[in-house]
Amino acid sequence: MSQLPVILKAEGIHKSYRMGATRVSVLKGADLAVREGEFVAIVGASGSGKSTFLHILGGLDRPDKGVIRFNGRDLNHVGARELNKFRNERVGFVFQFYHLLDELNVLENILLPAMVSRSVVSWMTSRRAVRRRAEGLLDQLGLRDRAGHKPYQLSGGERQRVAIGRALMNQPKLLLADEPTGNLDWATGTGILNAFETLNQAGQTIVMVTHDERIARKAQRTVTLVDGRARQLEA
Amino acid sequence: MYKLILTIRYLVKRRITHFAIAAVSLCVFIVVVVMTVMSGLVGEFKQKNHDFVGDCVVGTESLVGFPYYQEFLEILGQSGLVLGASPVVRNYALMTIVNYDARQFGVEIMGIDPVLHCRTTNFAQTLHFRAGQPENAFVPVYDPNAHGSVWGADVVYLQDGRGRYQYGAQPPMLTIRLTCFPLNARGAPAGAGSNPVATQGFRCSDFSHSGIAKVDGSLVYIPLEQAQRLSTNEIGKRVSAIYIRFRPEVGVNEGTHRVAELWRRFKEARADAPNSGLLDTVTVQDWKRYRRAFIAPMEKEQALLCLMFILVGITTVFIVFVVFYMIIINKKKDIGILKSVGASDVSVLSLFSGFAFGVGSIGSCVGTVAGWLFLVEINRIEQWLYERFGWQLWDRTIYAIGDIPSRIEPRIVAIIVASAIAACVVGALVPSYLAARLRPVETLHAQRT
Repeated sequence: MSQLPVILKAEGIHKSYRMGATRVSVLKGADLAVREGEFVAIVGASGSGKSTFLHILGGLDRPDKGVIRFNGRDLNHVGARELNKFRNERVGFVFQFYHLLDELNVLENILLPAMVSRSVVSWMTSRRAVRRRAEGLLDQLGLRDRAGHKPYQLSGGERQRVAIGRALMNQPKLLLADEPTGNLDWATGTGILNAFETLNQAGQTIVMVTHDERIARKAQRTVTLVDGRARQLEA
Repeated sequence: MYKLILTIRYLVKRRITHFAIAAVSLCVFIVVVVMTVMSGLVGEFKQKNHDFVGDCVVGTESLVGFPYYQEFLEILGQSGLVLGASPVVRNYALMTIVNYDARQFGVEIMGIDPVLHCRTTNFAQTLHFRAGQPENAFVPVYDPNAHGSVWGADVVYLQDGRGRYQYGAQPPMLTIRLTCFPLNARGAPAGAGSNPVATQGFRCSDFSHSGIAKVDGSLVYIPLEQAQRLSTNEIGKRVSAIYIRFRPEVGVNEGTHRVAELWRRFKEARADAPNSGLLDTVTVQDWKRYRRAFIAPMEKEQALLCLMFILVGITTVFIVFVVFYMIIINKKKDIGILKSVGASDVSVLSLFSGFAFGVGSIGSCVGTVAGWLFLVEINRIEQWLYERFGWQLWDRTIYAIGDIPSRIEPRIVAIIVASAIAACVVGALVPSYLAARLRPVETLHAQRT
């Protein structure tokens, strides 16, 4: 694994929030390096800044200080347009609360990243191939018969699988998961983790945030956030 | 692509959107109906005034009138500008219906040559009995040798409650007596000795319905010579005005300008003629200017209405703003999700602006169709209201209309629809901008609980 290239590197990440009159420092120089094909779990107590760190790694938020490099490119120095492209093509997010669009059905939710990156004309020319890819993901995630259903018609586990499908739609290099099983029962959560394992075995790089050490054990490597800094442990 | 799908879904699925569409529809409906009726009324009223005086008027406000009008009529005839020119005497008179109730009331008299007047104005079309032979307008049916008079349709009460005129089969066998104070060229009473008034009897020969309340309610047409005699004690000397109809190829402004120039030269050439001072009181005006005292209030009313509808438009913008603000607060999670999959600020802005455009377009279409349907049936609705509740929307004696105008002007509808859509987009602009500026992390965090 150590031979594979580093695709994501965070160095000295600082992040603080203003809470009323005081400023709370969440991250105080967190470092992380993720190699291609790795499955990394970030663990830490509640409020330790795991989700904040994940959002910064995925370009959803900007650090106050520190450098994030993706494939060697400093994300702090890319424009809004390129950052949007990065979020659309290079990373996929899976959130604890699924965050699916209620107005779209399962298939459309999975297709969303592909639709966002395409104009109407480009959508018309590529929709068959894109649709095939989405249907392939539905098969892979066991949601084929749910394609036309709306999110509110699905169970929690199914919703999370739809969120995984959406995250994988544009074949991102990196899958970022924020407490993906946090809202699911143990059995359903295990199913989701198994799906992650399968994806990782197929070469997908995954960074997962969890507060549960047992879930973190599924990863190859665990990073613990303590006092705003990352402490790395090999799985 | 996702913007199109989401816009359609937001429009169809969100109940709050339906309220926004309903608000826009209602505003468009009201504006379409009122503007159509009002602009119909104003347009009709202007047309009636235009028809009443022709294109241009050479005239004086003075009751003394002005002389040498026959010579100027000749000049006009030779100018190649005019299709018709009608000398007119206007004055006030005391009217007595002799064989009816002997009531006396003030009227305006207008002396005309019916043939010349028909060439210049729509006088013939306003006649009830002699519309086909206006040259006989002053020939009474019962007494062809007597002097006839054409009464404004509302000089005597002819309408039923619905505003319909009950003329009868023939003009009534009524005689009126008109009494005037004739004035000489110096403006002094022209009556001889102790009798300064001139009185003349006239048979009723027809009714004229011009559709202008003031005219129909107080004007009596009599032959030009009789009017001159009542007003000046002389025949063929002076008139109050010359109404002019231009040839179709001559525009009103151009024609008026050229007539004014002809009049200026005419007046200069008679500077030393007797009573030439009376020519100085004469002005040359196009029909709109000549009738501005009547038209201006209607136009002001319309302008006021437009102002009120601008306020309605501002209210619509505010309603849309509030609705969109609520929708966007409701849709924060969606914005976060879209941004997490790479949607740009501009993309989010255009999603919600497009959504506003959709609300405006659908609302406008619904409002326009509803307005159109209402206007198609407006007269039947009004009739039903009158029959059922005795309630009349527009008092016919004030507005002088037969039916309520209901012809939709595509230009007006286009302006209203465009304004409604623009109002929606403007109303949604600030909330859309705020939505576009939302940080995805904030919105996704906010939706956790």
